[in-house]
Formats: sequence, structure tokens, C-alpha cells
Amino acid sequence: MEDLLREFLTETNESLDVVDIELVRFEQEPNNADILGRIFRLVHTIKGTCGFIGLPRLEALAHAAEAVMGKFRDGAPVTADAVSLVLVTIDRLKSILAELEATAAEPSGSDDDLIVQLEQMARDRDAPIPANKEITIGALAPQVLERALRPDEVSLDDLERAFRDTPGPEGKPADKREADRRAGERRHPDTGPGGAQTLRVSVDTVERLMTMVSELVLTRNQLLEIVRRHSESEFKVPLQRLSNVTAELQEGVMKTRMQPIGNAWAKLPRIARDLGHELGKDIELEMHGAETELDRQVLDIIRDPLTHMVRNSADHGLETTEDRIKAGKPAKGTIRLSAYQASGQIVIEIADDGRGLNVAKIRKRAIEAGLIGEGEHPTEAQLHKLIFAPGFSTAEKVTSVSGRGVGMDVVKTNIDQIGGTIDLKSTQGRGSTFLIKIPLTLAIVPALIVQSGGERYAIPQVAVVELVHRASNANLVEEINGALILRLRDKLLPLLSLSQLLKLPKQPAAGSEAFVVVMQVGASLFGIVVDDVLHTEEIVVKPVAASLRGIKVLGGNTILGDGAVIMILDPNGIAESIGASREERTIDFAPKQEASDTDTLKPVSMLIFRAGSGALKAVPLSLLTRLEEIDTSKIEFSSGRPMVQYRGGLMPLVPADANAKLAQDGTQPLLVFTDGGRSVGLIVDEIVDIVEDRLEIKVTSDTPGVLGSAIIREQATEIIDVAYFLPLGFADWFHGKSGPGREKKKLLFVDDSAFFRNMLAPVLQAAGYDVTELSSGKEALAIIGRGARFDLVVTDIEMSEMDGYALAEALRANARTAHLPVVALSSSLSGAAVTKSKHAGMHAYIAKFDRRGLLQALKTASVELQEAA
Amino acid sequence: MSRAAIELEFVTAWIAGQLFGIPITRVHDVFEVERITHVPLAPAEISGVLNLRGRVVTALDMRKRLGLPVREGHEKQMAIGIDHGSEAYGLLVDAMGEVLKLSSDAFDAVPINLQQGWVAISAGIYRLEDRLMVVLDVDKVLDFRKDTLAA
Repeated sequence: MEDLLREFLTETNESLDVVDIELVRFEQEPNNADILGRIFRLVHTIKGTCGFIGLPRLEALAHAAEAVMGKFRDGAPVTADAVSLVLVTIDRLKSILAELEATAAEPSGSDDDLIVQLEQMARDRDAPIPANKEITIGALAPQVLERALRPDEVSLDDLERAFRDTPGPEGKPADKREADRRAGERRHPDTGPGGAQTLRVSVDTVERLMTMVSELVLTRNQLLEIVRRHSESEFKVPLQRLSNVTAELQEGVMKTRMQPIGNAWAKLPRIARDLGHELGKDIELEMHGAETELDRQVLDIIRDPLTHMVRNSADHGLETTEDRIKAGKPAKGTIRLSAYQASGQIVIEIADDGRGLNVAKIRKRAIEAGLIGEGEHPTEAQLHKLIFAPGFSTAEKVTSVSGRGVGMDVVKTNIDQIGGTIDLKSTQGRGSTFLIKIPLTLAIVPALIVQSGGERYAIPQVAVVELVHRASNANLVEEINGALILRLRDKLLPLLSLSQLLKLPKQPAAGSEAFVVVMQVGASLFGIVVDDVLHTEEIVVKPVAASLRGIKVLGGNTILGDGAVIMILDPNGIAESIGASREERTIDFAPKQEASDTDTLKPVSMLIFRAGSGALKAVPLSLLTRLEEIDTSKIEFSSGRPMVQYRGGLMPLVPADANAKLAQDGTQPLLVFTDGGRSVGLIVDEIVDIVEDRLEIKVTSDTPGVLGSAIIREQATEIIDVAYFLPLGFADWFHGKSGPGREKKKLLFVDDSAFFRNMLAPVLQAAGYDVTELSSGKEALAIIGRGARFDLVVTDIEMSEMDGYALAEALRANARTAHLPVVALSSSLSGAAVTKSKHAGMHAYIAKFDRRGLLQALKTASVELQEAA
Repeated sequence: MSRAAIELEFVTAWIAGQLFGIPITRVHDVFEVERITHVPLAPAEISGVLNLRGRVVTALDMRKRLGLPVREGHEKQMAIGIDHGSEAYGLLVDAMGEVLKLSSDAFDAVPINLQQGWVAISAGIYRLEDRLMVVLDVDKVLDFRKDTLAA
């Protein structure tokens, strides 16, 4: 009986979950006979099983619910009240089942309250059928008991047969239809009960298997370690086989742990429905990718956060039906849940088309909570992320006004815990999208074993992009005042020594740090310098003790093949601690920045150097292609201008300041800028440092080649204008592109950051455009409204008030400007953003520092414009 | 004490010349530490992590926890294995003592003049014939993050 009961409980609970979902769907599509058929069948099966096992209370309830469903099937109108009542009945069934599970006996009690209502409803639905025709449980009992003689001996087949023989509610024609449908289903083994080749195994069994496989992996690793030391060993071949079999076994067991993410979603349609009724909102929950599989353990951890977030979207994200209609939106609010797999990770999106985050309120709340200072003006994206800050929203009263944020810090903590990330995008009035990325599994991960300061560490390979051997690529690593920079092809990556990062007691000996592990986290790339790279190994991740959990750069520990415990580095934590990802993924909650009134708040990496006069000069690192030190003897002069042979061509050298002089002997430091295949070397006296700071031009300058002065690291620094120097190298740098004699195109350039306006406007002008600079979309619409005409528009995406998408859409909505090519500029390039820009009718989407791409896009845009004209 | 005396068993250990006791029910095992992995950025009290028969054990330096100077000269390092929730900890001590069966008659509250840090992690004192034994409250010993953070 034990087993039978357990089987019954599991099956019935699952069936009820399905009924929950299907009922909610049915309410929306009352004419869908398939859904109704499925619900009816499930309720019918539950009733049959209960009768069979001898659970009268459950049976009576299921029977009464079935009667109501039967009326629906016969064409009675489907009302929210009726569905609610059936849902309440389902809840009651569940609570009885829960007690049954705990005590192994059906709890005593009466469900007359519900049964009377259900019967009443069944009667009301179908007046022609007289009330006394209602079939009672008594009528079923004898037939059922006949079969329940010795439950221990009953096979599942018999049970199955019992379901089928249990009579349905009154209404013979319906029964006939039901039987037909069932017969049809028999022919589809995937959907028919008992058709699929599956086996129910308890979670404990699978977990034990997993633990044992993990130990087997460790032992295999140990053996491999031993054989590695003996080059000639007869164990080699069999061990190789053992190794392969272990890998397959591991994969197999991992697979048994995989579950579709839909399991974690099962309760959500019901929650959305109930919340909708409660809050007076019409909510549609769309679910995509429910079949995406992930590890059970991961699934368990994200179940609650997901439920919480959907609840939040329904509660705070979506407006009431009334407000939606007022705002000109469809009355029904949509919450879209989607999951898919991308490069070893599961991506889950929760999007709503509600009111979006209220930035002003978040700001107010953040100031109250002391997360930001009064005078601080973080960007909108940074403000959005504050909802994840601990303590952002605690009291009930606060959450009701602050929009989102109820316990979002808890959601973030849960996701961080499993090495995932959470991000959000929100547009006021348009909705919010949360993006969660989580690993497929937590148990066993391939890792790179490295060594620093005499200790070994594991780096999850998913974050490792490549390895660079320093000794054989000595010229790739630059040192600028102690800061290490890696030149990797066309990129400059910040480098950090692992010893320093971990504050290891032993300082690395000079030259001992031989390898760079290039890692990527989100959009940020960085390099970690280690002493040695040993090998790769499949490691079994074990969590660190609670007392060590605060250390962000550590993600766990593992036991290696040789029995030693080593720490696993957490790529997310490292990225966070070196600040490389601050812009992209996280914001720094702790430090209170000084009050500033600039609109350029994002920290920018800048190269600080000296050239000519004593004042420090700076250039954003991202504009720079390379740093070079060349031997002065290599400098040649062609018609009086200094040049060097560089990468198979001649590179003109231009002084970065009127007073900057070429070095007489030794080496000459150069800043190399490349554009369109041409390079120019900027002659500087000395490279001082690379710093990350907020860039705010305090004093604009009339000196050619200088944009203005800024305070960087408390020192007045001149920001040089790269666009000024480039044409000095090649007289035809920009002219070649604009072409002579043509009328200048009128270009509107909108960016709320003064820095970027100053940086890019000269570039656009030099490229032959007649540029009008504006700092907001509203101003742009205003001057167009006053009759100003333009041929092209370049706009920043991330602007407060009106963002680039909104501007593009507004332009398209106006017949006079609908044809205008709009080029978007953004500091972040994601696939979603590109798609969104296409939707907004934008011509191209370009990274902010990609000057070449910008000019190219403008060129094609104006060519198309001409062809169209 | 008027209550009936109960006898409890304690695993005892020496730390800087003082005898400490831990209720035997809390002790998982006693082992000798061979190889320990330093945990970077960890609180000072944590010496590192080690592998005890396939389990990762976090080693806690009791001398540091009690604010005592580092031990001079290294003989074998002994540890008392404790299970704390699902986590395994090893308390590093100077040397192990005997297992003692003690009557609650000999039990006293912690004297108030003990150093604050000691009071916080002691459950009481047993009067032995020749000396006093401090009973460690294991949960409080392991709850050191709060103290460290507050400091």
C-alpha cells in the first residue's frame, strides 16, 4: 500500500499542477475543446484513482468538480466565478493530499461547503438536467471496491484499467466523445498514459548517484595524476578507457538531473491569474522555452526568485486595466517569460509591457536609504540597478510607492550564489525586462588549474578566453607606472596579478609571473597574471563554509586529483573587484562619490601622459589603438616630416603638443591611433599612468588639439582632441571621404553627454558634415518642429528623459522626418539592443568609440538617401 | 545546585597552557592536520581548508580566535572536527587532552572578569581537581564573523 499511495500522491500532485495551468488557459480560451478535454480527463482520473484507493473525501470533491467541468463541456458558459471555484477546489484537494502525505491517512473533515457550491453551479449551468439526476459517490463505490481487494497485488495495468472503468459524470454522449478521444490518444505513445518509456526514480537516488560519480571523477583524476608522473606505464591504456567511461557516466547522470525549466514555471499561470483578479488587472502570461533543461539543483534555487519576479511584474510592473487604456496601451498586460540556452548558460528573460521603473522614485528612495548622496546623479541604468541593492526596499509602505524592488536584493543574492548574473532594462511607460543568466549545472565544471604564490587555484573554463605566455610575447605586456596592460590584437586589456588580487603574502619574484589568463565576464575582458598554468581538470564544485562566503573572488573549493583542496576563483567576483565590469553589469554601492553636476558620470579609462608643456594630458584609452616605444634611430624624415616604418607601412609622427619634441636618443614613446587602415603616431614625452575616472571637461579650450581641461585624480589635465591630430598626419585624412564640391550634408547630432559631443562633433565636421549638436531628444524634436531640416541624424541611445529609440520613433511618426536615416550610438552593444534599434527604424547601431563604423554608416546612409531622392 | 547532578562527557584540548572542553556530542572526530590550503582574503581566524577523507574542512585557528599569540615551533598540528550545520570545521589546538566524564556539580558560570572575547565563546567552567576547564560553546566559537566585523 505504501508504494501505491506514494505513486498516487506523486501522480495526483502532478496532475493537479497541470489542471491548474490548463484551467487558467481554459478561462482565456473557453472554446478550446482540447484544453477542456485534458482538464476533464485529469480530474476524471484523479476521481477514479481516489475511489480505487479508498479516499472518499478526495473522490467526492473531484467528482463535484468534474460535474462542473462536464457542464462546460456540454457548452455551458465559462465564467471567472466558475473557474475560481474549481481552482479553490483544486487547492482543497492539494491541502488534503499534503496531509495524506504527512500522515498516510485521509484527514477527517467536511468539504460540503465546496461541494454544495459546485453542485449548485453545475445545476445553474444546465437547467434542463434535473437536480436529482446528480450522481453521488455512493453510486460509484461498489464498482470501485470490487477491484481494491488486495492493493499490494494490484499492477499498474489494473489500476489503469480501473481509471477507465470508473464512470464519468452523467451525460452519456459526452462519455462517448471522451472515450473516442482516449482511443485516439492511444495511438500517440508520447501523450498517452503509460506510453512513454519513463521511470520514476526518487531524487535521493539520483543525488546519491551524483555524489558517487563525483567521487569517481576525483579518483579517476587521482589515478591520472599518478600515471602522469610515470611516462611508461602499463596502466595508461586501461586508465584511458576508465577515464572515458567515467566521463560518459558523469554525463549520463548529469542528464538524469536535468529538468525542463517549465517545472519551475508550473505554478506561475495560476499566480498571474489570481493576482490579476485580485488587483483588477488583465494579465497574460506568455511562456517560451519551457522545455529548456537545466540541473535540478539550479532549478530549485531559481524557482522562488522567478516566482517572486513574476509576482512583482504583475503587482508593480503592470498598470491597472484602466490606467493602461488611459495610456493608450492594450487593456491586457503581458508578462513574457522566456528561457533559452546560450553558450553553456541558461538565459531567462522576464519582460512586461507595464509602466517601467520610476527613476525619480528610485532616486528618492536610494537617497533615503543612503545608497547615493543628494548631489549625485547616476545614470538611469545605474539607478535601475539600485533596486538590487541590499536594503533598497524593505518596508511594505515604501514598496508600494517605489514601484519595483520588493526583495530584489534577495533575488540577486540567490542568483549570485549559483554564479549567475541578473540585469535589467526598463523604459518608463514601456515596461521592464529582467535578464538572468545562470550556469547549466553547478556540480562539475571544467576548470583551468593555475598557480600563483605557491598555491594552486581553479578558474572555471567558461570564463577563460585564451592563455598568453608572457615570455614568448614579451612585447604584448606594457607596464605603465606599475599598471599592467595587455595588448591583445586590437585591444588593450587591463591586467591584474593574481597575487595582488588575492593579497597573497608572498610577493611574486620578478619575471615569475609567466602567464596571462584572458577572461571574459559579460562584456568585459581582462587578464589575470599567474605564475604558471598547470592543466585543465573537471572539478567537483563544493561550496565554501559560511564564514568564507563573503569573499567575492572565491566561488567555492574543490579537491584535486592529488588530494589537495584548492580554491575556485569566481570570474564574476574578480570582474567586480577589478572594476572592469562596473559600467556593464554592476554598480558600486559602497563608495560615496563626490557630488558633481556633470552629465558624464560613467568612469572612463584614460591614458595620462606628458607632452611639451608641464601640464598632464589625457586621452580616453578606448580611442587609442596601441602604445609603442620605438628606437629613435628608426625615425626617418620625408619632406621634413618624421615617419617610422610600422607594420609594413609608413606611419607619420605628429607632436601631441606644439612644444613636444622628438627624443634625441634612446626610445620615443608614441600613442598610435588607427583609422581606416591608416595609423598616426602621436609624439609624447612620457606616459604617466592609466586611470579610470569620471571625465568632466571643466574648462573648454581654444588651443587647437585640446578639447579642454578636466580634473583627473585631483590634477588638472588637458584632454586632447584626437580628431585634430589625425588629419595632421595625412592631409587627405578626411577630405578624401567627403569629396570636393559637394554640398555639405546637414547632420543632427544628439547626445546628452557633453564629452561625447565634444569628442565626436569635430570628427563629423572633419568628415564633411554640417553638424548641429543638441543635448536632448526633446530639443531635437523642437527645432525640427520649428522647421529645421536635416539629412542625417546621429543619436545616443542612453539618454535621460527621451532615449534614442523614442527619438527615432518620434521622427518616424512625423511624415516630414520619416525618411531621415537615424544612426544610433551606444556604449553597449547587445543583440537585443540592435534588434530594438531596427524596430525603432534606425539605420545603424554603432558603438560609441567606433568612429570608423560611424563614418561608414553615415556614408552608406547618405548614399541610400541620394539614390532614393 | 539542588538539581540532580548529570554527567557529561567532554573532549579536552590544550591551547596555550589552558585546558578547554567540548561536549563529546558535538565532536565529529579528532585528526592530525597534514596539508592545509591557505584561503586568500579570509578572516584571520581561518587558517585554511583541508581534505579530510574527501570532505572539505575549514580550519579555524583557536589561538587567533582567543586572541592568543601564534605558537612557537611546529610539532604536529591537531584539530577537533566539528559539524556545524552541513559544514565541517576543524578547530586547531595545541594538543589533545583526555576524554573526561564530568558531573554538573562541578560546573560554574563563566567568571565575569574573563576577557570579553573569552566570555563570548565560553559556556561555563568545570572545576577539576587540579585545574579549571573552560567549556567552549561551539556555535559561538564558529560565529566569529560578527565579532570580526564589529571590530
